[in-house]
Amino acid sequence: MSVLIYIDNQDGKIKKAGFEAASYGVALAKEAGVAAVAVSLGNVDESELAKLGNYGITKVLSCTDARFATLDNSAIAKALAVAANQSNANIVVLAHNNLGKAVAPRLAVKLNAGLVSNVTGLPISLQPFKVNKNVFTGKAIGHALIYTEKKVLTLSYNSFGVIEQAASAVIESFDPGLNASDFGLTVEQTQKVTGKILLSEAEIVVAGGRGMKGPENWTGIEQLAEELGAGTACSRPVSDEGWRPHGEHVGQTGKIIAPNLYFAFGISGAIQHLGGVSGSKVIVAVNKDPDAPIFEAADYGIVGDAMKVLPQFIEAVKELKA
Amino acid sequence: MKILVLIGNVPDTTTKIKFNADKTMFDATGVQWIINPWDELALTRAMELKETAGSGIETITVANVGHQETEATLRKALAIGADKAIRVDADAKDAFYVASQLALVSQGYDLIFAGVEASDYNGAAVGGMLAELLGIQSVSSVSGLQIDGGLVKITREIEGGSQALSVAAPVMAIVQKGIAKEPRIPAMRGIMMARSKPLEVVQPSETEIRMSFEAFDLPPAKAACKKFTEEQAKELIHALREEAKVL
Amino acid sequence: MNFEFSEEQLMIQQAARDYAQRELIKDVIERDNHAIFPTQHVKALAELGFMGMMVSPDYDGGGMDAISYVLAVEELSKVDASASVIVSVNNSLVCYGLEKYGNEAQKQKYLRPLASGNKIGAFLLSEPEAGSDATSQRTTAEDKGDYYLVNGTKNWITNANSASTYILIAQTNPSKKHKGITALIVEKDSPGITLGPHEDKMGMRSSDTHSVMFNDVKVPKVNRIGEEGFGFTFAMKVLEGGRIGIASQAVGLASGALERATAYAKERKAFGTVIANHQAIAFKLADMAVKVENARNLCLKAAWLKDQGKPYGIASAMAKVYAADIAMEVTTEAVQIHGGYGYVKEYHVERLMREAKLTQIYEGTSEVQKIIISRDLIK
Repeated sequence: MSVLIYIDNQDGKIKKAGFEAASYGVALAKEAGVAAVAVSLGNVDESELAKLGNYGITKVLSCTDARFATLDNSAIAKALAVAANQSNANIVVLAHNNLGKAVAPRLAVKLNAGLVSNVTGLPISLQPFKVNKNVFTGKAIGHALIYTEKKVLTLSYNSFGVIEQAASAVIESFDPGLNASDFGLTVEQTQKVTGKILLSEAEIVVAGGRGMKGPENWTGIEQLAEELGAGTACSRPVSDEGWRPHGEHVGQTGKIIAPNLYFAFGISGAIQHLGGVSGSKVIVAVNKDPDAPIFEAADYGIVGDAMKVLPQFIEAVKELKA
Repeated sequence: MKILVLIGNVPDTTTKIKFNADKTMFDATGVQWIINPWDELALTRAMELKETAGSGIETITVANVGHQETEATLRKALAIGADKAIRVDADAKDAFYVASQLALVSQGYDLIFAGVEASDYNGAAVGGMLAELLGIQSVSSVSGLQIDGGLVKITREIEGGSQALSVAAPVMAIVQKGIAKEPRIPAMRGIMMARSKPLEVVQPSETEIRMSFEAFDLPPAKAACKKFTEEQAKELIHALREEAKVL
Repeated sequence: MNFEFSEEQLMIQQAARDYAQRELIKDVIERDNHAIFPTQHVKALAELGFMGMMVSPDYDGGGMDAISYVLAVEELSKVDASASVIVSVNNSLVCYGLEKYGNEAQKQKYLRPLASGNKIGAFLLSEPEAGSDATSQRTTAEDKGDYYLVNGTKNWITNANSASTYILIAQTNPSKKHKGITALIVEKDSPGITLGPHEDKMGMRSSDTHSVMFNDVKVPKVNRIGEEGFGFTFAMKVLEGGRIGIASQAVGLASGALERATAYAKERKAFGTVIANHQAIAFKLADMAVKVENARNLCLKAAWLKDQGKPYGIASAMAKVYAADIAMEVTTEAVQIHGGYGYVKEYHVERLMREAKLTQIYEGTSEVQKIIISRDLIK
């Protein structure tokens, strides 16, 4: 018996979501008294995979087949099912990111497993298997029961955190035995957002809302984000107005984010917006309206003008860094 | 080409979330039900595709799993412009159950749209499970979709960017924001025509339940917001380091 | 009795709500400030079918009932009464008048494009010296064989500039007084028609209101609606339905203000708690809610009677006088609940209050409605 952890990569690099899944899988395996096994698909160097040891992983199955670079959901699910069967896994853990949430349901069907996506912590109990997950876009928590022998879980980003512990990872090559016909996607073009912190991974996010009055006022937000190494985001009206690209929209129907620190400038905090950011560890709100609902959700706040506050924030961060 | 759009029936996104007394069930009293926002965008994109000259799309069918009360949602989809609706007459239990029921009525489509998740239980599972049950390709986090002959051209979000790809039909497109600009508002003509469009009711098949919710909780109340004045902006940043320890 | 709306009625209500809350809201303050006609919105509302929603599909209308119309006008009016009056005039005065009393050729030529919203209509009744008193028409239409020669001035004409089709009420036989009044379809680009300046109004600022001058305008006799002398009855019948539209608009102004005031009262804090917890505010909200509910029910009753083919003139007069009065009261209270914020444009309620005032005045003042109601009581 084992817990299998799928470690996805971006261009051969493992990101925080992968290390977090590893940390979670290791802790889960310990609780269940079984082994934790990581699996990696695609061209990832051994030196990169060895990093998983820092999170307690002792065994990595690695299939360096470059065809996995197309992120073919069906092929990846197939390979993971083979890995799960080979390692006699009764629980498979994936990060709840674009790839993880795409692959997990297919894998669950293949394994006849019950799936709980977006889990926020270790199981409350193993017998029966009970685990918490976010529902109603963070507005509630559901205690999910899984009845099947095998389970598939996807882990909500930044809900468990990375836990470093010294171990050394043995890397074994793994062949899921896929054919050319298992791969059905042709990638024509990939555009990576370069030089910017990705919203989904950002530890800190700086966001602006309609209270910023216009796209010309985003300079301060961008500067603060740069000083903090933060991602930038916006509320829905802002992306609807075309002030900022749609990719920056966070909220119930946009991106759901859970950074350690979230700054909301000129965002009133409609219920749909809060649904997308309520997973943030700390929320800082700056808004002229003292009654804006964002202050209900915020940990720290300033009732005031974002345009006056932003330069002071930037200066303070510079001073802290100095 | 035939398109199927999966339709979820969910509480309006402004609904205040409440549960019954023993916290085992969502309290639906006074709740207004809507088409799951991503499904509505998917339907809008399907309509746009159908209206594109030479698209070769014959029909758009919508399907859901639910009791009779959910028909209002399906009829709205018909009013928006779907040609036909199918309802599997069952309680939408877990994702596997729903996907298994939908598998009964999802044969023979070239393109199936599903929303990336339902806004209630955020399962993000039905589309992928159904694709697996049907043995067809699935692409998730889809933010753009065109049809080019027998090929489906898709733009999807990946970690760190986006990707253009092509895949042969049949395919399941699991869509997110961006797939269509805004959900379409049904026109009077559409509402009128929806009266005479077919809505087929299908009996469910026996399927095991693999997961359920034992109970629900509301998130713990947050401590009150610590307020600073405009002049104390720098002190707030210091508090983030020294007190909250997030800087 | 059945107080349930049909699924279809609810769908129309939601469609109107979605359009209003998603689109009209975006530039409503800007259009109000600068009195900009909502051209794009009218086009979009036409595509959605709101411009001729009660007209039979045979004439490119939406084929919906008056109940749906009440619900739609209320939703649009919560956000933008200027847009809703354009919808209301087109639907319940122009399209209804043509569909009910026009002949087949007139319907084919004029009703179709109005019902689909490709064209807009206006209803020309008021005069500088004859507003609510429609009997004393001074605009004349002189019989010249196969056409009428029209001279005179009409005042306070909604859609005067944006409309292509006018329904004109004019005197063809002054000796017969109101029995000599005739209704004519006039194309706006007919030679001899000139518009007065855009009226700079207190509210409903983005609907275009002008006076319209007729100077030897030739109107073909085939454009006469019904017989000569039918014009007064025509106008009164059409206004019975028009009142449902304006009453629903007043309900929308009131319920829109109530929604905003309620949301504000649940957010705004004073003396350590949200102001909704203060009885002074909570009771205001309760009073407002009762008034809105009453007014809406009066509108729905009138619409229901109309849908049933029963007389609804008194019911619609009651709906209009009551809804207009409570619109004024409720919007004023909404401003009060908002305090200083209520007095600035950003919070919308001051606009709703300015607009509510007009519902007591146009399409028959509150006083005229009371004449209608009381005459029926004491006849």
